[in-house]
Amino acid sequence: MTMSLGPYASFIVTSYAAAALVVVILIGWIVLDYRNQTQRLREFDRSGVTRRSGRSATDRS
Amino acid sequence: MTLIDLANPTRFLALTARLLPWLAAATIILLAIGLYQSANAPDDYQQGATVKIMFIHVPNAWLSMFVWGVMSIASLGTLVWRHPLADVAAKAAAPIGASFTFLALLTGSLWGRPMWGAYWEWDARLTSVLILFLMYLGLMALWRAVDDPSRAARAAAVLTLVGAINLPIIKFSVDWWNTLHQPASVMRMGGATLDKSFLIPLLVMAIAFTLLFVTLHLAAMRNEILRRRVRSLQMMQASQVAFSSEVGTGSREENATKEVGAA
Repeated sequence: MTMSLGPYASFIVTSYAAAALVVVILIGWIVLDYRNQTQRLREFDRSGVTRRSGRSATDRS
Repeated sequence: MTLIDLANPTRFLALTARLLPWLAAATIILLAIGLYQSANAPDDYQQGATVKIMFIHVPNAWLSMFVWGVMSIASLGTLVWRHPLADVAAKAAAPIGASFTFLALLTGSLWGRPMWGAYWEWDARLTSVLILFLMYLGLMALWRAVDDPSRAARAAAVLTLVGAINLPIIKFSVDWWNTLHQPASVMRMGGATLDKSFLIPLLVMAIAFTLLFVTLHLAAMRNEILRRRVRSLQMMQASQVAFSSEVGTGSREENATKEVGAA
């Protein structure tokens, strides 16, 4: 089945592609930020720096 | 679990870890259904296939205002109730809201060129949404400009609440002024004017994008909590280093005094 998008296909395809790109960038940014923060917390854990509560830096419980 | 329980960031992180996979799965499924329905929606008698742009333009336009609304409620949480997660929620939502607003402007512009003959018109709806986008950017800049998160939170909360005045202006701009942008066709008194073949894919896409926002927002809030944890550990480490160097300097001075005395 082929979809006919008419004479303005480029506008339609660009809109969907731009939306996909922005959503992928958002997801990528959030995933990378999470990795970065957990990596830094692990480094604190390894160097023996703990939270005021005495829990390890990476402890989520 | 009550809202008060969620005030504890550790509990919030545990809840987020449980919820995020389910929310992500629901978002993917709904987006897939919405995209399939959008692809199979009939052409409009006036717009032709260009009507398909509406299935991503309208959800993004709704979310651009919805996210600012969420940030406004969070700002009240910061200023009135001093909820520990309120400013985390507001800060995490800003870049996501800015992205949706950018997409609303871009897809609207790409729809406008073939339909209106122009990418941009300085009409009330377009201009007020552009102002909303600039306010998002301003808010993000403010968060980055102030080091202390609690000080930044109060300033950002005031700015967000002032900016909320723009929301009714955006919503009613098409009624208050003579605009090129068409009036409301879904959320209006007397019901939607759209045919079901357009309305159903539009609503599915709107729910899918809203779920996408909830998923991304929770994930971004989790990151912000972890970032603040990193910041407090850095400060603790710095104060420990400062304390130990002070003790070290103190003992060296003591030793020096003893040495001088001995000499």
